[in-house]
Amino acid sequence: MNLLDTLLRCVAVLVVFLVLPLVIGQTEHKVMAHMQGRLGPMYAGGFHGWAQLVADGVKFAQKEDVVPAGADRRVFQLAPAVALLPYLVVLLAVPVGPHGLVGQAVDAGIFFVLAVMGIGVLGSLMAGWASANKFSLLGGLRTAAQLMSYELPMLLAAASVAMAAGTASLTGIMDAFHWWWVPWQAIGAFVFFTAGLAELQRPPFDMPVADSEIIFGAYTEYTGIRFAFFLLSEYGGILVLCALTSVLFLGGWHGPLPDSLGWLWTLLKIFALAFVVIWARVTFPRLREDQLMRFAWTVLIPLALLQLALTGVIKVAISQ
Amino acid sequence: MEGPGAAALAADPTMGSGYFDAYAAIGLLAVVGVLFVAVAFSANRLLRPVIYSPEKLLTYECGVDPVGEGWAHTQIRYYIYAFLYVIFAVDAIYLFPWATVFAAAGYGAGTLVEMFVFLGFLAVGLLYAWKKGVLEWT
Repeated sequence: MNLLDTLLRCVAVLVVFLVLPLVIGQTEHKVMAHMQGRLGPMYAGGFHGWAQLVADGVKFAQKEDVVPAGADRRVFQLAPAVALLPYLVVLLAVPVGPHGLVGQAVDAGIFFVLAVMGIGVLGSLMAGWASANKFSLLGGLRTAAQLMSYELPMLLAAASVAMAAGTASLTGIMDAFHWWWVPWQAIGAFVFFTAGLAELQRPPFDMPVADSEIIFGAYTEYTGIRFAFFLLSEYGGILVLCALTSVLFLGGWHGPLPDSLGWLWTLLKIFALAFVVIWARVTFPRLREDQLMRFAWTVLIPLALLQLALTGVIKVAISQ
Repeated sequence: MEGPGAAALAADPTMGSGYFDAYAAIGLLAVVGVLFVAVAFSANRLLRPVIYSPEKLLTYECGVDPVGEGWAHTQIRYYIYAFLYVIFAVDAIYLFPWATVFAAAGYGAGTLVEMFVFLGFLAVGLLYAWKKGVLEWT
């Protein structure tokens, strides 16, 4: 392994991780605004407020850092980093294009990304506990409950793709992909994407941060750069979820253009999915906590099991 | 990821010494990430004002003085989901190694039957929990 090469890849991944979530965030400002018949931020940067998130970043970076007197100081301060870093690490394993255009091919890729993505939620749980605030505690517990319900359908849906490809490596899945996998794995795609939304606490699954009930859940006491990190981890999470959905279920870099433009397909699919994430936020009202739990256990998990059966039968049938 | 470094060929992890290299790269990225966080926190420390007052350090509770302790008792209605999750997730883990070989030559129909037995266990377990009212909010 060439150390310099690996280091370059890591820095490239970090740059992508810091830029694409901002683009998604800016898109969210604008798409939400237009769906709600308003303009959105228009001043920062001149042209349609393109620099709004940069301005926000500057503001966050120089804001006072308040740790409540009652809080568990160390845990409180570490929580944003725990929430943020898993999504960064996951991004390394996501293939962007053919011929090894990937941060680092990991042979147990699916397993690795699902395992590491789950860690991010721990950050919210830490924040919720360490804040010593009733609303934060409720938010943190809701986050944990949400993870426990939605991790399972996500795991099962991903296992279905691993079965179809006969490998757990993300690059291997890409190589084995055929276009008819999209209808074949459509149920799994729905389950995976929905469960991912719930794990990211995006509307309509945003009970852990429900502002009308528990202020801002686990993040209530946060200010400045630490709050910004929680926000960044949310948008980084959207990026990772959309990238994984496009790789596992929509063929990633496969498309009608030549292979050299594979990365463009990946990006297009990621942004199309990110648009759906934003769209869902504007369209659906928030679920109630018990509805959320019921939805996972009585709808998504049976659907995921159905997808597993379907995948198994067809796979064995075609490989005979 | 479309940077110049990533354009080069990635080492195939299934060949030769690449197996642990892949995880070394992940470790390196984790270190880069920790450095990024450390730099961001230190920059913030240099840039921010520090003007504390007792009111500011008070726990936020909608603007009124907080009542009682922050670490309050709460009834966790969904703790039973945690048990369910552990049971099911441990089952689901076995799917991944199995998924890579189940359609290989020499397996076929036999493994398919096994899969339905496995799914059957999961489904019956879920139905049982459902019937027992575990999935209801009471």
